[in-house]
Amino acid sequence: MNLERRVRICLESNALSVEETAGDITVTVPAGRLVDSLMALKEHPDLKFDFLSDVIGIDNLDLFRKKKGKGKAAEEEPPEKKVKAPPPPRFEIVYLLLSLESSERLRVKIQVPENDMTVDSVTSIWRAASWPEREIYDLFGINFLGHPDLKRLLMWDGFKGHPLRKDYPLEGKGETRRLVYEQEKIR
Amino acid sequence: MSRNEERIADVSGDALSEVFEVQMGPQHPATHGVLKLNLVLDGETVLSCKPDVGYLHRGIEKLSENLTYSQSMPLTDRLDYMSAIANNTGYCLAVETLLGIEAPLRAKYLRTMICEMSRIASHLLWIATHALDIGAMTVFLYAFRERELILEMFEELCGARLTPSYPRIGGVRQDVTREFMDRLEKFIAEFPSRLEEYETLIDTNRIWLKRTKGIGIIPAEQAIGLGLTGASLRGSGVDYDIRKHRPYDAYPYVDFEVPIGISGDVYDRYRCRMEEFRQSVRIIRQCMEQLPPGPIIADDAPDLVMELKPPRKVMAGSTGPSPLKTALIRLVEDRQAYMEGDVYVSTEVPKGELGFYFVSDGRGMPYRMHIRSPSYIHIGALGVICEGELVADIIANIGSLDVVLGECDR
Repeated sequence: MNLERRVRICLESNALSVEETAGDITVTVPAGRLVDSLMALKEHPDLKFDFLSDVIGIDNLDLFRKKKGKGKAAEEEPPEKKVKAPPPPRFEIVYLLLSLESSERLRVKIQVPENDMTVDSVTSIWRAASWPEREIYDLFGINFLGHPDLKRLLMWDGFKGHPLRKDYPLEGKGETRRLVYEQEKIR
Repeated sequence: MSRNEERIADVSGDALSEVFEVQMGPQHPATHGVLKLNLVLDGETVLSCKPDVGYLHRGIEKLSENLTYSQSMPLTDRLDYMSAIANNTGYCLAVETLLGIEAPLRAKYLRTMICEMSRIASHLLWIATHALDIGAMTVFLYAFRERELILEMFEELCGARLTPSYPRIGGVRQDVTREFMDRLEKFIAEFPSRLEEYETLIDTNRIWLKRTKGIGIIPAEQAIGLGLTGASLRGSGVDYDIRKHRPYDAYPYVDFEVPIGISGDVYDRYRCRMEEFRQSVRIIRQCMEQLPPGPIIADDAPDLVMELKPPRKVMAGSTGPSPLKTALIRLVEDRQAYMEGDVYVSTEVPKGELGFYFVSDGRGMPYRMHIRSPSYIHIGALGVICEGELVADIIANIGSLDVVLGECDR
């Protein structure tokens, strides 16, 4: 049985969509059912995705801005056809899973809308998720519920802003970190 | 209750115990770069260990969103600067997947050969510094002698020693020369005897054995849960090697074994890497024997538009410099060439699993590039591994996980 079918059987209604790109399968699950879905994928005897490679954040801001522009151009031709679709969620988080037994890989994706930036942490299933989740908290500003130690990691404490967001400029916003040494203070 | 938990319970029950905090690093010779550890100690026992990274954060992921795929290539050299070619190859494979092109067979063999050379170079630096940290100074000098030979060969190959950027998207930059092949042949002929030298120096050293055997034990389930990869995972007895289980480049055509440890302590991880040296020599030898003639870069490979140097003398058997000039296609703003969507391609670099995750919107620049670096995950796991160990064993653990901070901080 191919992987896509097995994933569908395992996740049942939790699998919102299953896509294939370049031979790899991405399955989208509802954000609220994330921990259950990953646990099911880990425990299922036909799948056994027991290894979490990484957790990756994506900011879709530019992507759907562009699509919006494209959509407008297309809409001009048939003006009567104006369906108001709900705005797509801004952030996505991708979990890279691996089965050590069959060496199959699977990507699990959840969508995180801008007005509800809290996601359940999966550190209870894999300790490996701890640092990647901190990185996403640091660089995207998404909160993880139940994370044991959610602090900034790559940027310093007290840094404002989230550098990997698409509305953060490449050259920064002029943040500087002035180190004040004890001697300077005395003077 | 594990041994480490017992030790923590032991010291916290002691009436004379005194808890204090120590910040180890970022300028500490044994942390292999700018790694800072916030330690809470009770005497010599580590109650908690919290690594702090980010001192080398250069924002490579953000930078690459504003560069073309070819332009980002030199940035990948700066990830794990001990084995830069392995990073380049991983990056090229990911972009090739995105473009839907494949490198010619000769290029695949060349890349595999060079990757294994860089694995030897990286492991040599690992054994040198790891032994130095634990107190076996002499190995350091011997290992650097051999590492120098490899770096000189890299210089002969492409003009750079540490950050070569030798592979290209869809192939490699230039063909090997006869002189390079002669030198490599001489090297792999004598390298196994050099390995025995190191083993004589280390394996009969009582201090080394006392400080590695039974130290930093990571059971298999814990190693999987912590996301360890590479020799750190295989030292715990988990058989997983991407070169074997999801082969890329010329790995499916060569014969090699994947060494596995038993107990998962520092000593087993050391044995795994020592065995990997021998397997790398085996792979290089097979690549040299099987090296097929043919072009070294795919016809439809994109590249930076740059002037070609005059053709070099190449080995008999190859068809000379490939039609590189016709292959220079400007793909910066070409929206048709790159596939839309996301790809994740992982390769086995000396440190573990290095993966490149791309989100592409069809332009010649990645919409988002993420680097799954093994060192980042390994340092994240360090805190869990070191809890309950002695302070001196932290050094042994950092060395045996083989971390490099350039890759961790990106």
